[in-house]
Amino acid sequence: MGKVLMKGNEVIAEAAVHAGCKYFFGYPITPQSELVAYMARRLPEVGGLFLQAESEIAAINMVYGAAGTGVRVMTSSSSPGFSLKQEGISYLVGSELPAVICNIVRGGPGLGNIQPAQSDYYQVTKGGGHGDYNIPVLAPASLQEIVELTQAAFDIADRYRTPVIIMGDGMLGQMMEPVDFGERTEIEQFNKEWATTGTRGDGGPKIITSLELDAESLEKRNQNLQKKFALIRENEVRYETYQTDDADYIMVAFGTVARITMNAINRARHEGIKVGLIRPISLWPFPDKPFIETRDRVKAYISVEMSAGQMIEDVRLAVNGRAPVDFYGRTGGVVPTQEEIYEKIKSVAGGVTI
Amino acid sequence: MTMKTVFKRTDGLTDKPTHYCPGCTHGVIHRLVGEVLEEMDILEDTIGVASVGCSVLSYEYFNCDMTQAAHGRAPAVATGVKRVLPNRFVFTYQGDGDLASIGISEVIHAAARGEKITVIFVNNAIYGMTGGQMAPTTLIGQKTATTPFGRDVAIQGSPIKVCEMIATLDGAAYIERVSTHDVPHIQKAKKAIKKAFETQKKGLGFSMIEILSTCPTNWGLDPVESLDWVKDNMVPVYPLGVYKNSEEVKK
Ligand SMILES: Cc1ncc(C[n+]2csc(CCOP(=O)(O)OP(=O)(O)O)c2C)c(N)n1
Ligand code: SF4
Repeated sequence: MGKVLMKGNEVIAEAAVHAGCKYFFGYPITPQSELVAYMARRLPEVGGLFLQAESEIAAINMVYGAAGTGVRVMTSSSSPGFSLKQEGISYLVGSELPAVICNIVRGGPGLGNIQPAQSDYYQVTKGGGHGDYNIPVLAPASLQEIVELTQAAFDIADRYRTPVIIMGDGMLGQMMEPVDFGERTEIEQFNKEWATTGTRGDGGPKIITSLELDAESLEKRNQNLQKKFALIRENEVRYETYQTDDADYIMVAFGTVARITMNAINRARHEGIKVGLIRPISLWPFPDKPFIETRDRVKAYISVEMSAGQMIEDVRLAVNGRAPVDFYGRTGGVVPTQEEIYEKIKSVAGGVTI
Repeated sequence: MTMKTVFKRTDGLTDKPTHYCPGCTHGVIHRLVGEVLEEMDILEDTIGVASVGCSVLSYEYFNCDMTQAAHGRAPAVATGVKRVLPNRFVFTYQGDGDLASIGISEVIHAAARGEKITVIFVNNAIYGMTGGQMAPTTLIGQKTATTPFGRDVAIQGSPIKVCEMIATLDGAAYIERVSTHDVPHIQKAKKAIKKAFETQKKGLGFSMIEILSTCPTNWGLDPVESLDWVKDNMVPVYPLGVYKNSEEVKK
């Protein structure tokens, strides 16, 4: 297919179509609206269906209904809309239904603004809805990476019967870059005997539900879910490291912030500061391994975020007190500059850690 | 001596005993829906959507594929199912708290879109499951756990008449209100449910049957008094009849 110049939101949509997603239920909200509009145009071309729901709540519940029939289905939103989807996401987890949900994060809390942010980190990685649960969260840093991760999101969803979140900041959704969708690969087929499509020819009725009135039975269900989460923790960790082998200091950043941080690292390296980067790609499961491998020799980690400091908690857990963990963040939709991050590296490397 | 079967359990229901209180007409309504699905021979092509409320476990009673929806969201869930499987029959089974309160938006928009689904809307003028609180359909003056002095228009507003409201929407194809307070009305209710599924079969659009139902437990009445209460108090506020019939309009 070769390279095409596209907007991030549209890349997610096209990548979903490549991954075999034929159904999309959405509701407009900046800065992800192009994704919805792209699907409205594109899905009829592949014999699929786009429907604009009356609300995010309705959209996620339409996803729930469609997912129950065993098809690949998606919805997307941005922060305030994502909050509304949490009810449905908890039900998807409880009923073990596969679906992909994209959150292109903007500044909050409340109506906030439409500038890029990462301040939904807690909401996406720590459950968000009610009940004990985690769902896989993938955070691409480039438009090319979106192609691979969107495909992965649908596969993980089907493999584990779980909703999967693709999280990007508003900048990722709005930026344009050349991308290559590659050759159309065979879409992996999953057993969907559990799907409710009518009982004709396949035995007795099937039920999709998250209700379990008996406490011990519900605990059993929860234990099974926890086993599944453990399996996902084992198999679906994704991250990238950059110049960490000899690093005295390690930056931690994800999404587009990781790219800005990388530039700051290059500049600091130029000046002899040995600094590297751990870029979590799966925000849940959070990649502990690169921290365990480095924490006994690194002088400090610095979490860089477009939030008041949310991922830093996971960094601290991974470091487990073996090294200082510092923070640099901007909020409200302000994107940290390379200069600011460079200054932060210099101040930490100069020994002025907090 | 040969014995003739004059009455049997419908194949539309599983043989699981229901949990409904004595005198509650949820069970009757289940039976009617089950009979219609059986008689139309569409059980194997049907996906039902259970809601939240006393009928939350209806997925265990209907003998077809079932999915359970969050409070009020059943019409959205049904939309998702039906849009993927346009050749199947899809119905929701919802109480008045579920449909007329938290889920009012979902049902209005499903109707407005003309979703080819059938909504079985059970109106017992109260929240049953959570212990008898006010529903949007609670009658003026009716005492409930949250209207201990009786529903007061000045404070809680007036009951929502769902059929009248939904019938105004172009996407609504068949809308009827029926009751379960005596046998003739139960028979009428069955006809209406059948009509709704036929409307879905013909692809005419959204269909909804509102069924006036009892809640002896939370009304504090015995089963017989409850049936009278439906007849004497609910029917005057919620007049029975067909509110929309697109086929007739078309003719
Ligand atoms: C989001 C949410 N809010 C509240 C509830 C609690 N709840 C369960 S059933 C119910 C009312 C159901 O009443 P109705 O739909 O009239 O059905 P009935 O029990 O009378 O048959 C409520 C409020 C819930 N399950 N979910
Ligand atoms: S509480 Fe009311 S609605 Fe619920 S089963 Fe009992 S009688 Fe029926």
